[in-house]
Formats: sequence, C-alpha cells, structure tokens
Amino acid sequence: MKRLDHAGAASRFIADEKHLAFHDAKLWDLRKKRDREAHGIPEWEELRQLASDIKEHTLAHLADYLEEFERNATRNGVKVHWARDAAEHNQIVFDILAAKAAKTLVKSKSMLTEECDMRPFLERRGIEVIETDLGERIQQLDDEPPSHIVVPAVHKLRGDVSAVFARKLGTEAGNEDVTYLAESQRRTTRPYFLRADAGMTGANFAIAETGGFVVCTNEGNADLSASLPKLHIASIGIEKLIPRVEHLGVFIRLLSRSALGSPITQYTSHFRTPRAGTEMHIVLVDNGRSERLGMAEFWSSLKCIRCGACMNTCPVYRRSGGLSYGATYSGPIGIIIDPTFNIRKYSNLPFASTLNGSCTSVCPVKINIHDQIYKWRRVIAERNELPLVKKATMKAAGKLFGNPKLYRAALAATGTAIEDLPRFAIYNWFNPWGRQREVPQPPTKTFRQWYIENRTRR
Amino acid sequence: MSTSRDMILAAVRANAPRPAVPMPQIPTFERAADSLLEQFRKGFELLGGTFVDHTPGSDLTAKIAELFPQAKVICSVVPEVAGNKNIHDVKAPAELDDVDVAVVRPAFAVAETGSIWLSEAELGVNALGYLAQHLVALLDPADIVANLHQAYRDPRFLTAKYAVLMTGPSATADIEGVLIRGAQGIRSLTLLPVPRMR
Repeated sequence: MKRLDHAGAASRFIADEKHLAFHDAKLWDLRKKRDREAHGIPEWEELRQLASDIKEHTLAHLADYLEEFERNATRNGVKVHWARDAAEHNQIVFDILAAKAAKTLVKSKSMLTEECDMRPFLERRGIEVIETDLGERIQQLDDEPPSHIVVPAVHKLRGDVSAVFARKLGTEAGNEDVTYLAESQRRTTRPYFLRADAGMTGANFAIAETGGFVVCTNEGNADLSASLPKLHIASIGIEKLIPRVEHLGVFIRLLSRSALGSPITQYTSHFRTPRAGTEMHIVLVDNGRSERLGMAEFWSSLKCIRCGACMNTCPVYRRSGGLSYGATYSGPIGIIIDPTFNIRKYSNLPFASTLNGSCTSVCPVKINIHDQIYKWRRVIAERNELPLVKKATMKAAGKLFGNPKLYRAALAATGTAIEDLPRFAIYNWFNPWGRQREVPQPPTKTFRQWYIENRTRR
Repeated sequence: MSTSRDMILAAVRANAPRPAVPMPQIPTFERAADSLLEQFRKGFELLGGTFVDHTPGSDLTAKIAELFPQAKVICSVVPEVAGNKNIHDVKAPAELDDVDVAVVRPAFAVAETGSIWLSEAELGVNALGYLAQHLVALLDPADIVANLHQAYRDPRFLTAKYAVLMTGPSATADIEGVLIRGAQGIRSLTLLPVPRMR
C-alpha cells in the first residue's frame, strides 16, 4: 500500500490562490461563529465535560447499551442488522433493497456510508443512488468525495459548482448565482424524493433508552428521504450510542454551535418507529471501531460527534483542503482515526499538524486530539513507518536537542542564518513547511541570552 | 457459527476501556428569564423564522390568505384554520407535493433555540412539514419551555414515533457559505402566537 502524500496533494490545492484564500477565511469564519455561540452559554465548559463523561461512560459499557438499543428498536418494529465491516454493511443494505425490489435510493449525508464506499457498490448492482444534501450532491456529480464532514464542498467556489451543474444537471452555463444554483438542485432533486423506492439516513445519535435515533440537518433532505419512501434504512456506527433521551439536551446544545456556530440545526429529527405501512431498518456498523476501543491511547477518539470544529480551527487543514488527506475523515480528527484503518497508507497524516492544540480546545467532547496526534507519530516511528526524509531529519534533530552545547551553538548560528542564508536553503524540497511560508524576522537574541542578561544574579 | 452481532458484541466487551466515569447527572440549567415568548422569538428569527403578531380572536383563515395571497392549496391540521386539502384524504405522502401552505400546531416549543416540536400527531402526515412550500405554526405561548434540557425531559419523546425540533425554514450554505433559505424543504416558517382553544 502506497503512502498517502499529504504535502504533495496539499501543494496542488495551495497552488490556486483564490480557492485557498476563500477556504481559509470561510472555515475561520465558522470558528469565530462557534466562539460567539460558545461564549453566550455560561455553562459551556460544564456541557463539554458532561458530554465527555456521558460518552466515556457509554463506551465503557457499550455492549450493554447496544443490546438495550437493539431490544427497544426491535420492540418498535424496526429490523436491526449488524455489520462487522464495510463489505458486510454494503451487502446488508443491498439485500434490504433487493428484497423490496428497490431501484432508487435517496439518501442524506452520512460519513459512514462514505467510509464504507457504499455508493459505487450499490451502483454496480443497478441501484440509482441520489445524494440529496446540496454539498454532497455537488461532490457526487463532480465524482469527488466530501472534503469536509459538515460542509462537503467547502473547497469549491460558485464557479466550480456552476460548471458541474451545467455539465450534469443541464443548468445555464456560466450562471454563477448561488440562489439559482441552489434552486436548481431543489428542482432536480424533488422528483426523486417523490418517486424513490427507499430512503437512507445516517444518525448523529442512537438512544439506548428508546431504540430511536437522531439526525441533525439543515436542508430538510433527511426528513424528505425518510418521510416519503416506503423503506427507510439508517446506517449507524456503534459509537453513536448514548444511554438516555435526556442526554440529547447536552449534545444538541453543543453540536451545531460547535459545527456551524448556530444554536441548533434547522431540523433535529428523532426517528423511533416506522410509519404505518412502511419498513425501517437499522444497520449497526463496527468497521474497526471495536478494535479502536481496545487501543489504550486512542479509544477516546470514539467520543467524536463529527462536528468538524477541529477542522475549522486547524491551520494545516484550512490551508491544505480536506481532499489532500486522501481519507474519509480529514483534519485533526481524521489524523487520529485514519491510521487505525491503515497505518502505512496514512503514516504521513500525523505530521500534518503543528501540535498547537487548538483542536483539543474547541472539541465539544474533550478529545485530547493533539496529544493523540503526537502519540501516533511515536507509534508510526516505532513501527518503522516513518518516511525516509523525516527519519533522517529526526535523527539530526535528536542529536541536536540531546546535546545542550551543540544546541546553543546551532541556535546562535540560526539567528544569522535566517537573515543571511540564500533563500534556496530554507525554501527547498526537504522543508515542505518553507514552501508556502515566509520565515518571520528572527529575534535579536535568544531567550537564553536575554535570561543571562536580565535574570541572572549579578 | 457465531453471528456478526455476537462477534461485534464480544469484541466490544473484550476491548471495553475502564474509565472511572459514572453516568453523570444532567442539570436543567434553569435560570430566571423575563419572557419565554420573547426569548423564543429571538431564537426563532435568528434561524430565519417569521414571527407574526396576532390579535386574539381575529380570523386566522383570513390572516393566512393575507400572508400568502398566491397560495392555491392550503392543508390545515388545526381546527382554527379551514384549508382546502384534507390531510385525512392523503393516502401516499407524495400527494402533498402540491401543498402551498400547511398549518400546524406544535405540541411545545423551546425558548433557547426558537424551535417548535412536531410529531406525527401534529403533522398528520410527516412529509407535510417538508413538502409544503410554506409552513405556518400556531403556538400557544403557554407551551414554551426554557431550554433543551427541559425539552428533553418531555415524556412525549418516549412515545412519539417521529418527532422534530424544527427551527426556521430549510436552509443551506453549501455553496461558498452563502445562506439560502428554502433549501429543499419549506421555503418559509411563519409563527403566530395563538392560545389553544379550551
């Protein structure tokens, strides 16, 4: 398996200044809106702690809660299925559709079905799958995966969307009016809602107490997908469980505020029992989650509620674009989840971070994301999965940092080096960080020099 | 041969972490509020809802005709408003495709977020809340709770087959973050404070 080249992919994204500037500013704007909402709630920090505690408690007793959920869902008339991996999930979904001779599936956004690569699987078997979330639809029509777990097409500008829609939906070429484009999607998707054989949603939360699940959306597409067809399938990762309905108060207050900086999504929809004369199926999916649960240093990543706040705040994510991670989950949360799927393929990702800790500070369920990024670097080094350049650099750095005299000598030289070295020495192939950055003015003296002058007893 | 279910549950049990975290008690974070209706209105309007003041006792059917002069098909699930499409005649949800205005009464509302609570009982047919072009909600100001913690203690969450906390019209910002109201569901959500008929 080839290693994913994050820096290389990011450089292609960065090459286009207009896209980069928009992406960076748009996501930072979401971060600022999140702050405004968070600061408006006096108990915000208490809510984060409660959310973290509920999730940790649930994960520690997950098997019991899964059984309780299954029992209640079954009692509600829902058919519950279990899938160990992506392949089994896709087969189960296809079998449910085939049993009803369903040919058309409208679906709302689900990162889990992306993780399972379900769409191509179903399409190869003659099922027409229509993504109905606008961002996800844009990505489907452009044959790209989502680049962000909440705003799938955030890396695109209106001109890109206009071109895709003109090509695939027959909209007016060159019309880049956002209202026109959104209306075009509404107009072209609605007939599918009306005639689809089956609808599919994911779930943000599954509640053991009721056997029901909750879907948080803004466009109304999830509810249309679920309230029109005679068959509703929900794919749910086993880590989405929470014990009781009252716990939703904590999570719903945190989710959209963290994700988009809005107090709540337009629709917080609770599904429990199939409508009269229809069927509801739930597929509970493991796909590596039970194994992750056993990883002492990484299991708490399963607390994630997929709000994307860590992505919006991450300087590396904002300036490299989600697609450069080459995985279903990108940004800081992706960095700590992706290696559990394939450590070699994603061995570069834990290095796509400055370890500034901003991701950890905004995480609504208090996952120690930047600690885990650091720990993944160690695991990757121990398993000898470090790329060659990093290995050599680390070795040299290790020598330098391990020897105070050598370190100080190097530091003294660096001050002048930044000023005097020809640019090619800094902005070279071995230093990807130098490529899109200007080195700041070096301070006139080192901290040690300053300390000796100002704080040493004379 | 053990099933996938058994294998998943066994793996989850074997790998369960042991953090010493008991199930936390959830406070309701109640605090004194001036007017729940005012607080509701602020949240509701923030997410794009249209709040229309209403004089008690005045004719609601006329009011809706005035608010939506173009509307041809009106489907009302409330006794206060006469529609021209009967929800009880609907056999398949897709038949609601032509509804211009639907009128419902939420069971309750949440001041913190400006959300209204609708279940299959209030919608008649779930799809009504999404296929209609416009939705009008009659809310009794006495039915407002302060925040989501109180809302989620409502026992109707345990019995409703389907329930939605709806906050404003459908919306999207998926193209360049430009906010569009009226994404795929209703294009507008109008709320009139109207006490229940006793």
